[in-house]
Amino acid sequence: MGTSQQPLLNVRNLRVTLRNGLEIVRGVDFVAEAGKVLGIVGESGSGKSIMMRAAMGLSPSLSTVTGSIRLRGEELVGAHERRMQKLRGSKIGLVFQDPMSALNPVITIGKLIAEAVRLHNPDMSAAGVRRRTIELLDLVAVPQPELRANQYVHEFSGGMRQRVMIAMAIANNPEVLIADEPTTALDVTVQAQILEVLKNLQTRFSIGLILITHDLGVVAGTADTVVVMYAGKVMESGAVRDIFYRSRHPYTRGLLSCLPTISGNRSRLEPISGSPPLLSARPVGCPFHPRCSMAQNTCRSEEPKLRQVDDVLTACHFAESLRGVATGQWTSRAEHA
Amino acid sequence: MTQYVFRRLISMPLLLLGVATMAFFLSHFTQADPLSALVSERQMGNPEVVAAAKQRWGLDRSMPEQYAIYVKNLVTGDLGVSFRTRRPVLTDIAERLPATLELVIFAMLFGTTSGIVLGVVASRFHDRPADYAARFFALFGSTVPVFWSGLLLLYLFTVKFGLIPGPGRLDARADQPPFVTGMFTLDALLSGQFGTFLDALHHLVLPAFVLGWSVTGIISRLVRASMLDVLGQDYILAARAKGAGEARTLLRHALPNAMIPTLTIVGYSFAYLITGAVLTEAVFAWPGIGSYAVDSARTLDYPAIIGVSLIGATAFLLTNLVTDVAYAYANPRIKLG
Repeated sequence: MGTSQQPLLNVRNLRVTLRNGLEIVRGVDFVAEAGKVLGIVGESGSGKSIMMRAAMGLSPSLSTVTGSIRLRGEELVGAHERRMQKLRGSKIGLVFQDPMSALNPVITIGKLIAEAVRLHNPDMSAAGVRRRTIELLDLVAVPQPELRANQYVHEFSGGMRQRVMIAMAIANNPEVLIADEPTTALDVTVQAQILEVLKNLQTRFSIGLILITHDLGVVAGTADTVVVMYAGKVMESGAVRDIFYRSRHPYTRGLLSCLPTISGNRSRLEPISGSPPLLSARPVGCPFHPRCSMAQNTCRSEEPKLRQVDDVLTACHFAESLRGVATGQWTSRAEHA
Repeated sequence: MTQYVFRRLISMPLLLLGVATMAFFLSHFTQADPLSALVSERQMGNPEVVAAAKQRWGLDRSMPEQYAIYVKNLVTGDLGVSFRTRRPVLTDIAERLPATLELVIFAMLFGTTSGIVLGVVASRFHDRPADYAARFFALFGSTVPVFWSGLLLLYLFTVKFGLIPGPGRLDARADQPPFVTGMFTLDALLSGQFGTFLDALHHLVLPAFVLGWSVTGIISRLVRASMLDVLGQDYILAARAKGAGEARTLLRHALPNAMIPTLTIVGYSFAYLITGAVLTEAVFAWPGIGSYAVDSARTLDYPAIIGVSLIGATAFLLTNLVTDVAYAYANPRIKLG
């Protein structure tokens, strides 16, 4: 079992440069394990979606991808398009942020799912494809699958559309399922249901789920490990408990203080002041320093490297000074005063 | 659906009556006198002849009276007798319309197919040489006047290379195929005269190409624009993420969506060309309805003018109906009712 010794998805020094020369992903490393959930967290524009599109060989046209993405040891960066077509939808599935626009409006739901099945099982009989389609709709708990299969997207609610999207993505039992903000476009009440569907399927078929989100709350309940991204770089990564309770990075801490707690002992949420840097105007040194209350001169000149500090990998010059400061107590303003 | 089509069809006579009324009064309000077509120039000074002609054609009556008579005849399906040809307008039209229909059908087949192909190619190779080439060809067709491109091609292919027979619908020595539809290609096939079919087709190629070329331009530009719009949609990325190849993504997922706005123009172009193919008909000596319309207007041939207006209006009403039905078929979000 030589291949199963390899990590499921091993990303090393991944860089994505857009056609205008701007580097949107700047040397990212992470590993996704089989049967585990990896959360990738970051604000809009942190490069997380582009990164996952690169993993599927679906980068925007004329962008360049360098570094290494290995699926069970097989290099995907620079792989032949024919090979990528084989992998897409069979080994790697993708769930989109907005199910409203990710399903073709002029093709019935049943045909969309059937297509996903048939593309990778060209010899399957029509009846077999049909059976599998209904089975998939059933798996994601779409009621009356036989009836619903003949309907179009516009006849589905947001939550149902996302279920269809998931059914399409898992049609061929993929090893990796990338879910790009799967709950962002949905009503809050539906978000939890969709997360549950994803989590159930992930456990049942032991899929390596990569959950991309800007919401640490989503990650908390589902992920095993977390990668926090900012401005195209990994700021911090580690096991979900360590990131939540023993973070050594002011950015992660900042994100955590934006979360409401159930105990309500935080009188008000603490937003991180400012906004993420523009692609074209990335600051020298640590990309987070203009918004960081701990920033020193070193931060303005030297870009911190990702290093092991206690239980997490973190990219902060002053990670050690966050030791002993409990997450709940830390706020950007208090430190500043 | 059937009900909808039926309702549209029964409203047509009323609309046509409106068109006939407008055409009637517009032609009667022009300052010219149709007598010049009825009475020879020498006899114009002879009051008896003029009075007799006026009485013979009903021109001595008041305009409301003339209108009442016209409408009464129209209801029974009588379009009157042409001042110019001295034959029933309906007979003239029955002879001329099939020639134009044949020309326009072939022109539309060529224009629509080439327009779609060029539009898809141009969008696929967006801003690359193939795109420029497709756009140049399309723009050339829609901007160069037919009387120039038609004459040029006629000179090249007939005079220079001798590849294509000269103007007309059939070889001068050939017999017309037995009348069924009046379209020579179809009638020849129906009666099994394969030689005549080839001859008619041979004569059709150049005028249909010239006329269709102008349609190519409009359609390819529209298809290109809507394809570019559609290709940026998430469902295209979703199709690729399923493992669909380039051809499948373009033709199965993108084109059906891009065709929705294009349908309108295809329908409109068809209806427009029925009466608007005058220049092509003139260049290729094609005895169609367009040249008949121009001759009738020049001699102020009231019955013929109104008759041609009715044909044009019918063409628009019918193609509009067909377009609407096709629209509902192409776009599942539209329900006719």
